Amino acid sequence: MSAMLIAEQTLNGLQLGTMLFLMAAGLTLVFGIMNLINLAHGSLYMLGAYFAATLFRLTGSFLLAGAGAFVGVLALGMLLELAVLRRFYARDHLDQVLATFGLILFFNEMARIVWGPQAVFMPLPDALEGTVTLIPGAPYPLYRLVTIGVGLVVAVALYLLISRTRAGMLIRAGASNRTMVEALGVNIRVLYTAVFGLGAALAALAGTMAGPLLSVQVGMGDGVLILTLVVIVIGGIGSIRGAFIAALLVGLSDTFGRMLLPAAVSEMTIYILMAAILYWRPQGLFPAHD
Amino acid sequence: MTDTTTMTGPLALRAPSARLWVVMLLAVLLLALPPAAKALGEPFYISLVSRVLVFALAAMSLDLILGYGGLVCFGHAMFMGVGAYVVGILAHHGVEETLLFGLLPGTDSGWIAWPLAMLCAGLLALAVGYISLRTQGIYFIMITLAFAQMAYFFFVSLRAYGGDDGLSLAARSTFSDLVSLRDKTSFYYVALGVLIAVGLLLWRVTNSRFGMVLQGARANERRMAHIGFPVFRYRLVAFTLAGAIAGLAGALLANQANFVSPAMMHWTRSGEIIVMVILGGMGSLVGPVVGAFVFLLLEEVLSGWTEHWQAVFGPMLLLVVIYARQGLYGLLPVREGK
Amino acid sequence: MDRPLLKVSGLMKRFGALVATDNLSLDLKDGEIHALIGPNGAGKSTLVAQLAGELRSDAGRVEFEGTDVTALTPPERVARGMVRSFQITSVFREFTALANVALAVQARQGHSFRFWRNAKTDPALVEPARRCLEQVGLGDRADWPTARLSYGEQRQLEIAMALATNPRLLLLDEPLAGMGREDGAVIVDLLSKLRGKHTMLLIEHDMDAVFSLADRISVLVYGRAIATGTPDEIRRDPDVQRAYLGEEAHAGEFFNA
Repeated sequence: MSAMLIAEQTLNGLQLGTMLFLMAAGLTLVFGIMNLINLAHGSLYMLGAYFAATLFRLTGSFLLAGAGAFVGVLALGMLLELAVLRRFYARDHLDQVLATFGLILFFNEMARIVWGPQAVFMPLPDALEGTVTLIPGAPYPLYRLVTIGVGLVVAVALYLLISRTRAGMLIRAGASNRTMVEALGVNIRVLYTAVFGLGAALAALAGTMAGPLLSVQVGMGDGVLILTLVVIVIGGIGSIRGAFIAALLVGLSDTFGRMLLPAAVSEMTIYILMAAILYWRPQGLFPAHD
Repeated sequence: MTDTTTMTGPLALRAPSARLWVVMLLAVLLLALPPAAKALGEPFYISLVSRVLVFALAAMSLDLILGYGGLVCFGHAMFMGVGAYVVGILAHHGVEETLLFGLLPGTDSGWIAWPLAMLCAGLLALAVGYISLRTQGIYFIMITLAFAQMAYFFFVSLRAYGGDDGLSLAARSTFSDLVSLRDKTSFYYVALGVLIAVGLLLWRVTNSRFGMVLQGARANERRMAHIGFPVFRYRLVAFTLAGAIAGLAGALLANQANFVSPAMMHWTRSGEIIVMVILGGMGSLVGPVVGAFVFLLLEEVLSGWTEHWQAVFGPMLLLVVIYARQGLYGLLPVREGK
Repeated sequence: MDRPLLKVSGLMKRFGALVATDNLSLDLKDGEIHALIGPNGAGKSTLVAQLAGELRSDAGRVEFEGTDVTALTPPERVARGMVRSFQITSVFREFTALANVALAVQARQGHSFRFWRNAKTDPALVEPARRCLEQVGLGDRADWPTARLSYGEQRQLEIAMALATNPRLLLLDEPLAGMGREDGAVIVDLLSKLRGKHTMLLIEHDMDAVFSLADRISVLVYGRAIATGTPDEIRRDPDVQRAYLGEEAHAGEFFNA
């Protein structure tokens, strides 16, 4: 096992990790603030990938495709929140799980109707093809590096949003003590819709970046959903910082697990990681709640 | 108000309630189905309803821990799948005349395979429950989901037994020539018999002291601790029992489908069983049976109309959760003082 | 019996920088009604949670009937006869009043790994449950679903459930919480009838009730017991007056029963 292989796998792990962070950030905020388990989060990721692939084919511009997917799913997310999910905030988790499970079925099937059952191919954008040699003798795909970069930029931006802006303060307060924020008379509904929309848009971004790497197809969100749930449980519900650390942890564990362990066991790595962390810290690494 | 002193049992000295009518009607329909189907020249229905009966059994066992116990377990399909695989693997070794683990001979005898399926599923449930039941809420859901995923991937990795593609059932379970499960009608009545027997058993269990602890823990776990119940051990026993029954359903499923595959234990399958329980009405034992019917028949009918039936089913599920949360059977009033 | 039924020694509980229970020591004599009073934020709820076993103390001991119970879980303490009732009514809302109490009765009758016999019609559960309900004055409400009971009746049910477990010690966490004058009088009456049969640690704000029921009173301020004594002694204690009313000595009016 060479140092170069380790370096390459570390970068792969970081790439998976930053993508999971984009997914987890939205999911953990929605769960932390609105107490909503949204299994359809994976579907938003899938739709982001589909929108981006289609727009890329139509416009030839990866940037436009990404922006379009971002805005499109942002709008769709907010619409979903207003029309459907809002009424589930007061319901128990089982109801939310069932309802969003129904949404998964719906979105998967709609995607199949619109785009067909075959995977849609999304090519790498020309500008980002090729490799970069950060470590001598170990060329690494440029696109993947950019993906990591995008993830880090979003992480920093979210950090600034959460800790430096008034909206961010409301988000932190809401994650920590929802009832209190409502009692303070803040227009909580607008906050909820905005948070949900933001989470959806980030999922779409993750889907866009994943498009050229994985195949864009029906059901692509299901596996990612589970990984994302594992991340937010490990990180601590409602915590962006927790989501970031946990996402990197899960990304690296999964990548190295697959490299080092035999097939059957490697799949289990992240679940064993989750079980171990929950045993030691049942609330996750950085719980936001009181 | 109801005079409880004259209440000596469920079929007490009063006119049957709406719920009781439904149960009796259901029982009659189910018993009469095979001859009726044959008379109408539609033997396909026997197979279809057999499948429903198998899932009804699984849904009923889930109701014990979900409806009565309040535990949202996303791993129930895993117990079913393990039961199915026990039957499948034993049959495989039996027919191939090879030894399992190099030690045990295979068999297609239902007398051995089915109890073993229940035992394995039950032991797995015991282990999973021992770890999972220490958590609650979303964490419980996640941990059961994680175990389900692990089981799924484990069986996918078993190349010797078909891996991802699954394994054909080498031979249907035999019961010393008492009944041949290869005959559709025989299988149907065996499945129905098992469903009724387990249903009666669970009915007694849910009304017993044990059942009261389970329901109390669902209603107010904290208070249960403060009146002196160590809730964990009761939940663990319920979880194990539910798992074992799901294993039995799995053994039946293997025979019904003539096939076992990891897809049987995918987490979305667990989701479907949960949907059946809710659709029918949780916490009633009969509700899940109704739910299994509605779910599988709906799937059959809708997929006949369009291959995109899930685009219809998804929103339907959503509407049920919003407007008819107590389920179809749950819509019928419960008699006061029951 | 000279040995106190409940002996609390040096109990400590911190939440970060906040010291909720500060080296608290307390003795309860067998058969007495011992009230615990104190201004808001004094740490009464935290203390009850520790005594009931729900919250683990950072330091200190709790001895019940001479045995160290500090590490025991709530069900284990209930098995020994230490039972609490809740300030915010905590019952089984979906069940009838009778079913609520029957569960408490069931808890005291050994293990519940009984799978066959119908528990709803089991006289071994139903009879004692009815008696408890009658004892608290809810005899004719037995078959009512809990949700239909009035707030006051639910508080009575709270106590019935605690009684059904056959306790040696009752930890009553503000049994009169949210009650008006008439409803409150029903509870006070009930508790005075129980005097001598069960030892009680009564946490309350209602001074009339406290002074009429209590054999002894302890005053809790900032997590520690600053005074313990008979109602008269407490009434006259200047530290207590100061704790409740600041430096103003209008305490006399307030404490005159």
